Amino acid sequence: MFDYESLRIIWWGILVFLICGFAVMDGFDFGIAMLLPFLGKTDDERRVMLNTVGPTWEGSQTWLVTLGGITFGAWSIVYAVLFSGVYSGLLLLLFALFLRPVGFDYRSKLDNTSWRSFWDWGLFVGGAVPAIVLSLAAGNLMIGLPFELDNDMRSTYTGGLLDLFQLFPLLCVLVGVALCILHGGVYLHWKTEGAIAQRAQKVIGLSSFLFVALFLLAGVWVAMGVEGYKVTSLIDTTITAHPLHKTVEKSTGLWLANYGHYPLLILAPLVAMVSALLTPIFTAKQHSATAFVLSSLAMIGAIVTAGGSMFPFVLPSSLSITSSLTIWDASASYYTMKMLLAATIVFMPIVLAYTTWVYRIMRGKVTVEQVQANQHTMY
Amino acid sequence: MITTEVVDLSRMQFAITAMYHFLFVPLTLGLSFILAIMESVYVMTGKQIYKDMTLFWGKLFGINFAMGVTTGLTMEFQFGTNWSYYSHYVGDIFGVPLAIEGMMAFFLESTFVGLFFFGWDRMSKLQHLSTTWLLALGTNLSALWILIANAWMQNPVGAEFNYDTMRMELSSFSDIFFNPVAQVKFVHTVAAGYVTGSMFVLGISAFYLLKHQDVAFARRSFRIASGFGLAAILSVIVLGDESGYTVGEVQRAKLAAIEAEWETQEAPASFTLIGFPNEETRTTDYAVKLPYLLGLIATRSIDEKIDGLDVIRERKRHRIENGMIAYENLQILREDKNNEIAKGIFEKHKADLGHGLLLKKYTDNVVDATPAQIELAIKDSVPKVAPMFWTFRGMVFCGVMMLFIFVASFYFNMKRDAHNQRWLLKMAFWGIPLPWIASELGWVVAEYGRQPWTIANILPTHLSTSSLSADQLYSSIGGFVVMYTALLVIELFLMVKYIRLGASSLHTGHYHFEKQGATHV
Repeated sequence: MFDYESLRIIWWGILVFLICGFAVMDGFDFGIAMLLPFLGKTDDERRVMLNTVGPTWEGSQTWLVTLGGITFGAWSIVYAVLFSGVYSGLLLLLFALFLRPVGFDYRSKLDNTSWRSFWDWGLFVGGAVPAIVLSLAAGNLMIGLPFELDNDMRSTYTGGLLDLFQLFPLLCVLVGVALCILHGGVYLHWKTEGAIAQRAQKVIGLSSFLFVALFLLAGVWVAMGVEGYKVTSLIDTTITAHPLHKTVEKSTGLWLANYGHYPLLILAPLVAMVSALLTPIFTAKQHSATAFVLSSLAMIGAIVTAGGSMFPFVLPSSLSITSSLTIWDASASYYTMKMLLAATIVFMPIVLAYTTWVYRIMRGKVTVEQVQANQHTMY
Repeated sequence: MITTEVVDLSRMQFAITAMYHFLFVPLTLGLSFILAIMESVYVMTGKQIYKDMTLFWGKLFGINFAMGVTTGLTMEFQFGTNWSYYSHYVGDIFGVPLAIEGMMAFFLESTFVGLFFFGWDRMSKLQHLSTTWLLALGTNLSALWILIANAWMQNPVGAEFNYDTMRMELSSFSDIFFNPVAQVKFVHTVAAGYVTGSMFVLGISAFYLLKHQDVAFARRSFRIASGFGLAAILSVIVLGDESGYTVGEVQRAKLAAIEAEWETQEAPASFTLIGFPNEETRTTDYAVKLPYLLGLIATRSIDEKIDGLDVIRERKRHRIENGMIAYENLQILREDKNNEIAKGIFEKHKADLGHGLLLKKYTDNVVDATPAQIELAIKDSVPKVAPMFWTFRGMVFCGVMMLFIFVASFYFNMKRDAHNQRWLLKMAFWGIPLPWIASELGWVVAEYGRQPWTIANILPTHLSTSSLSADQLYSSIGGFVVMYTALLVIELFLMVKYIRLGASSLHTGHYHFEKQGATHV
């Protein structure tokens, strides 16, 4: 049906799709968790905030889990190198995520102020740390990770947790956190009324402006201060090449080369910024659904910008540039990609269909009255 | 060079996190179906008490499910973090069921679990019932795919080594899907989950009956658990996964170790009921043997032989020698892939490449292994007998105890007299830990018994790890133990609190503590 070359481009697309799916679906959960201790002034208000995402956050997190599984199957060496390399960062992510299922489920099961406040902060950590770690990882992917492959494809990584905290990745953290807060604010505004919705509206205005300013700054930085990568040897797109058989060049500005090859790519950053700027306007007009589509587009635009600038690189290496992984030397075999593509085509539409159904069932605003009337069943 | 310490610590971390995870999974598997059964009865009869049962056991389900999700996340990422060479070497095959598990099962269970809890007033009865069944289906489908992946580690079929990419690649999807080991494993594991769910509901209902707390509620719960549990324990025992131990060499080595079959016996082999395996003399001291039984159970025949450890070890020697030849020619091929002579020899011996890799533990070059090193590799090539022998017997003992409890519960339940059998109620209550002990021991049998391989006959454990330092592992193990233990304590605290409250926790005003006005959640 597809040849190996197109399959790998499709699979790069599916990877981007899953990252976008995760960011759009779980991004607002993270945002609302980060806003929880600040926007919820009373216990009832906090419960309202939690219950805007309570019935659906678990499905949203599954995008991340599936992303892990898909990377394992379709891009094994990327999964292997990335996860073992940023070992401490990944554990930090995991330990923070641990707090979410128990935080949501256990928090309101006891009527005790310090118990509930403990879990509120737990949920805050469970939203903030993943947003930070994942944006930090994205920033580090763009500057390259210090790993090296040997002839047997065994990876060694030099560097620890603190080495991830460099200036450009830290800027990416600010971009990512602003975006999650924007997205979370929009969803909160849509699903609540009264005081919480008003506070959310203020957050939306501020975070949309911050996101655009920081995103622009990151763009300038990529053009002037971040070293990009480029494959300089001939690529045979019909086989899985050994990564070490290619040659790679690294210099400032190379991450912008794709905007020359594929001029339409410029739409991604434009969509990200324009959508983010329009979000507060539609929020003010009470067009909540439109505002949500816009903040989702901002997410998608930002992710496609980063991924598209790096294409065909998936995991550049700053330590040994020839070890850098591209879609041509990091992919699964032809047969595996074909099988997984078939599974994706069958299952993802079903997933999207029932997810939509669940959101339809749970539609409508969450109010303080509802929480008070259902004290023992709601989160 | 990766040290033995790093390998051992990585194994320890995986074992700890997997066994923690498996404290919660079997209950999720079983309780989700029990909830679906209870709600089905509610929809069919329209009796409120069955809805209350679904709601109450659903609360306990939720407390457990949260921990299952928490500890399950680790498992999805741990292959990459700690077993990165494994992930590269077999990701092309092993990653496939994991990816499908995400799309087909995880999404299903995690999307519908929210609706199960919060959708009661927003859907028709039938829609909610479908939600509960889909939740149960999702949990069981995830067991299916993870066990297909696990069975492939025990009996790797449908895959080929590719010397260009230096990894195993998928050659037949249907082979891994229809792997015979996967089928027995799936049935055995989910049935064990149903037993766990049933024992949980049975034991807690027995507790209420002993305390005369909400008797009508408890008797109905007890009835459902005893019926479902009896069917489940019979499936676990009759369709026990012992029949899967005749497929594939590593599975046969496990069987020989479980049964302390030091030497091959004439068919049908006798079954060693109990005894003390002695690794030094390679005999079992004070063995009590039942004639013919093992041959009948394991081969379902009277004339098929079961390999003893002696035969298996001798085969290993041969395969390790072949593996050295395969490895030598692989190195030539990696330098020059057009070398037809090397290609010919490699193709002939490549099935034993993994056995050559066993020598990597002793010498990096493999081909220069001394006879003494080869002897060490042979010694490593089968699991130790005593741990296998004892864990298996522990598991079976728990199973037999539970069989007794379920048979008795079912019998007295049919006579509508179970609530008066105080000895039985006490036994059911104190028997609650049994399925957990059995499940954990079962994992040890299956996974310790796979050693020295991560992928049977293909990839040795000591080559599979990531290039991490011992310090990194000490801190991550410490982190996991502290986090998990703290969360487990909190979980048990909530679980016990809600179990004590029982149906009163629903705040309907109809149940025990509410009538006395004695409680406040």
